Order: sequence, then structure tokens, then C-alpha cells
Amino acid sequence: MSAAAQDAGLPLGASYDGMIGIVADPMLQHRPGRHYRIALGLAFLATLSFIGLVTWLFVAGIGIYGNNATVVWGFPIANYVWWIGIGNAGTLISALLLLTRQPWRASINRFAEAMTLFAASIAGLFPILHLGRPYRAYWLAPYPNTMELWPQWRSALVWDFAAIAVYILFSLLFWYLGLIPDLATMRDRARSRRARLVYGVLAFGWRGSARHWQRHDAVYRAMAALAVPLVVSVHSVVGLDFAASLMPGWQESIFPPYFVVGALFSGFAMVVTLAVILRWGLGLQAVITERHFDAMGKILLAGAIVMGMSYATEWFLAWYGGERAEREVLHFEFTGPYAPLYWTMLACNVAVPQLLWFRRLRTGLLATFLIAVAINIGMWLERVLIIWNTLSHGYLPSMRRLFQPTFWDWATLATSFGVFVFLFLCFVRLVPAVAMHDVNKRLHDEQAGRA
Amino acid sequence: MSLLLAEFRDPETLLDAARRARDAGWQGLDAHVPFSIEGLSEALGLPQTRLRLVMLTGGVLAGIFAYALQWYTAVYDYPLNSGGRPLNSWPVFLIPTFEAVVLGAILSGVVGFLVSTGLPRLNHPAFAAHGFERASQDRFFLAVADPAVDETRLAAALDGLDPLSIREVA
Repeated sequence: MSAAAQDAGLPLGASYDGMIGIVADPMLQHRPGRHYRIALGLAFLATLSFIGLVTWLFVAGIGIYGNNATVVWGFPIANYVWWIGIGNAGTLISALLLLTRQPWRASINRFAEAMTLFAASIAGLFPILHLGRPYRAYWLAPYPNTMELWPQWRSALVWDFAAIAVYILFSLLFWYLGLIPDLATMRDRARSRRARLVYGVLAFGWRGSARHWQRHDAVYRAMAALAVPLVVSVHSVVGLDFAASLMPGWQESIFPPYFVVGALFSGFAMVVTLAVILRWGLGLQAVITERHFDAMGKILLAGAIVMGMSYATEWFLAWYGGERAEREVLHFEFTGPYAPLYWTMLACNVAVPQLLWFRRLRTGLLATFLIAVAINIGMWLERVLIIWNTLSHGYLPSMRRLFQPTFWDWATLATSFGVFVFLFLCFVRLVPAVAMHDVNKRLHDEQAGRA
Repeated sequence: MSLLLAEFRDPETLLDAARRARDAGWQGLDAHVPFSIEGLSEALGLPQTRLRLVMLTGGVLAGIFAYALQWYTAVYDYPLNSGGRPLNSWPVFLIPTFEAVVLGAILSGVVGFLVSTGLPRLNHPAFAAHGFERASQDRFFLAVADPAVDETRLAAALDGLDPLSIREVA
């Protein structure tokens, strides 16, 4: 058996048909279970509440949030950075693993990309929500207008708008292009006429022609190659939103790479979280195996170490740079009113993941799941604290003020999860959550390698 | 023109069959397979696709447009002194330019994919073949659309490869 055969993490002796059956049949033949329907109902309620909350925000104004003249970014921008971090990982994982020819990618890339798409779309809403005049968000777009104004191209916020818009479009196209052959499989496997019709139209009439595959591969791989610099640019630009300012604790050249690693780290943690749930919920034990959790666990561990080093670099440079405001912010982080949160963040992001040194914990699903959730919480705290600490402790002591999240802040955050869960639940019922054509290609390589 | 389909159980046999059909000099060769198989386009003698060139062109044009837009607005139409920075602040103008390059490349890639494959196209003679629904699951079809080839000639050429079936569809 070749090394590649073990790497795909697929069961030996599986058949193409069997693989497709594992993924597609639960969707086509079984009615959703009670747990699923309850979860979908709750998520739908949360989605409605989110819409209601946003409507109320637009009616009542930004004053219902805890944002004040000092901590202007408050919750919405922290949520934005966190969600876009989650959203960054899916495509990066998918593209990077494709380019580095990691065969185990095939089992996780589809839902990782869906996760990206949903998370990035939710993320894109938050900057609009925190505007005082959200109905003027479109002023960021360059278009000839009667005011005879153009966007300020030297502003990080304009870069951010461009990066996020391109990224969401990219994620959608990349995800859908990879999905087309699988939609054709669904069309051909479905028994009911309605399902055949819907999947048939969505599959664009894909017939697996060698010419089509050739072009599909060419475009898909080229897009993957573009995805890596694109993703790096997206979160670097998010980092520049902070670093291009003059605030103590933000104006650091480490920010762009540090944000990219943070995004990869939190995104991978979210992929692990979802993989555990999906594997259990959809019965994908044969497709998502211990091997996958082992590999992802190692990446999380590496991420935790890089995050630890980034924090240490920040502390060292704040001290070594010698500027008073920088040192005060550092002191404020460790001893100020937000200090308990800061310590929790360090524990979640750096200390807890060290458990992944143990192979038994990497492959033990419960332990991996709990560690991944801790990382997600830790990364959210990091995003919130980057904003609160610096903005609450700027250069001007008379302007220093703390941020008190209101009920509306928490409710918007909580229901945004509901939106994500709702979209994801719809996704797993309607679309193959695993890239079947890619898994079978791996299976073929595996069997050819063994022969 | 009629379309002949030969059905196989595994990709390796299909590749053998494709090579034989190519070496026989037949026209209108294609295959219908559930996943991308390395070496299949070579075995069928398909020309290289130029889609990546299309993507490159689209990306470069979009990039030029984005930079030109920034230059025109920031230098010519609406010059604004922002902290003493030069009007043509090219290092930061490259950031939106880069995003535009990616956008132009992927849009032209996807549009090029749809144009060059003729998709969406919901009906095709091959769909009429019995058992063709397995072409997206676990069967591998060789397709020949050559007026000079009929079922007997195809069967003779594939002798020894043991196709599961050979069919003619209108």
C-alpha cells in the first residue's frame, strides 16, 4: 500500500457507489429526523429574530448598542472580524490542501466552503450595522454621482470593502463550481421527479464529459491558486483596518500576518466543531475519519503556538518600543477591568490547545470538539479585546471609557449564530455535504496505488 | 448523427479504450465519467484548454481598469491632500488593484467555462442512453460520434476490453 493510500483516510475496499450512497441517500431517501426538525425550527426562529433586531436597529439607530464616542467599534466590528475569520478558513483550507495535494481534503472541503460562504456573508453585514447611517453604506462603492465625490482610496476601510466583496463572490463561485458534478449525481440518483428537475437545473445539465472535466479542472485549480493570496489579502486588509490607524496597541506591523493566522486558527476550530457534529448527524463515519481529526488537530496545535508567539511579540514590542501609551495599554490588558477576559482568552487560545500534543486526545472526538469550541470562544474574546482594550485606553485620558454591551448587542450576536445554523442546516439537507466526485477520485487513486 | 456509447466498469479500461479509439483516428471522441480522471484528455487526444489564458487576460484587464479608476479619481477628478501623501499613492492603490485582478480572473474563468462547455444545456442525446445515469456515479462511458463508425466496428476495436454494453443513441 502506498503512502497516499493511507493519507486519504478512506476505508479500504469501498466502492464508488457505496461512497455516493453514504453521502447522498440520507438526503434523498430518509425524511429528516426529529432532532433535525427541532433544530431547524429553532434556527429559523433565531433567523427571524435577527431580521427583527436589525430592523429595530435601523429604526432606532446605533444608540441601542453599547457603542460610545470612545469605543466606536464595539461589538459589531468584533463580531465582523470574528465571523470573517471563520469565513476565511474554509476557502483557504480547501484551496491550500488542493494545491499541496492533500488527499484527505476531499472529505472536508465542501462543508468548509459552505461554512465560509455563510460566515463571510454574515460578517459582511456587521460593518453596515455599526454605521450611524447604514443606508449610505453604498457610498463606499466608486460610482459617478451627483455629489461629485469619489471614495478615499488611501483608506483601509475602502480596501476592506473591496476585499470582502470580492471574497464573498469568489467563495460563492468556487463552491458552486465544485458542486456542479455532485448536483448531477444527485439528479441521477433522485427518485422523485421534482428532485430530479431541481437538481437537474441546478447542475446545468452536467454530463461528465471529458471536455467539461478538463475545463472544470483547469478553472477550479486556477481559482484555488488565486484563493490563497486572496484569502491572505482579505484578512491582512482586516488587520490593516487596525494597523493603519494611530492607536496604541493597533499600530503594529505584525497585525496583518497575525490576523491571517488567527483567522486560519479560528476557522479550523470551526471546521473541527462542524465536522464532529456533521459526522454524527449525517452518519459520515466512513468518510470523515480519525485520520482527518488527527491532521486537523495538529494544525490547531501549530496555530496555537503561532498565536502564542504573536501575543508574546506584541508584549515584547510594546515594552521594547518604549512608548508610554503602548506600555499603558499592555498594562491595562493584564490588570484593567477586561483582564479576566484577557486571561480567559490566553487560556483558550494558547494553553488549552496544548492538550493536542497527545494523539489520543486528537483522535478522541469529544476532547477535540471541546478544545475546538474553547478556541472559538478564545478567538471571539481576542477580537473583542483588540477593540475594547485599545479604544478604551487611547492617548487622551479624558476620553477613556469602557464598553458596556447592551441586551441588543448580545441578542444580535446570538441570533447571528442562529442565521448561520439555519443556513448550514438547509445546506446539509439540500446539497451533498461531502464532495462525492472528489472522494471517489481519491478512492480511485487509492485503489490504483494499491494495485 | 448517431452517438455510440461503450460502457466500462473502471477508469483504467476506459483509458485503454480511449487510446484505441484515438489511434484508430476516429472523430468526435468524448467520455462521460463520474470524476476527473488523470490522462483522460490525452488518451482521447483532446486539445489543451486555453481557459487559463482567458483568466489571465481577464485579470490583467480588470487590474488595469481598477488602477486607472483610482488614478483618475484621486489625481485628476477629485484630488485631495490626505496627510501630505502623494496624489498617486501607488503602493496602496495596488490593494484594490489586486482584488480587481482576482475578481476579473475568476469571472472570466467561470464565464469562459460556461461558454466553452456550452453549459447550461439541459438536454443532450447521451441522456437518452439506458443506464446513463450511472455516468455520474460508477460507470465510465466512451462516446464516439463518427459517421464512419458503427456498433460492429466499435465492438471490434474494443475487443478484449470487455465493455459492459455498447449502445447507439440518436
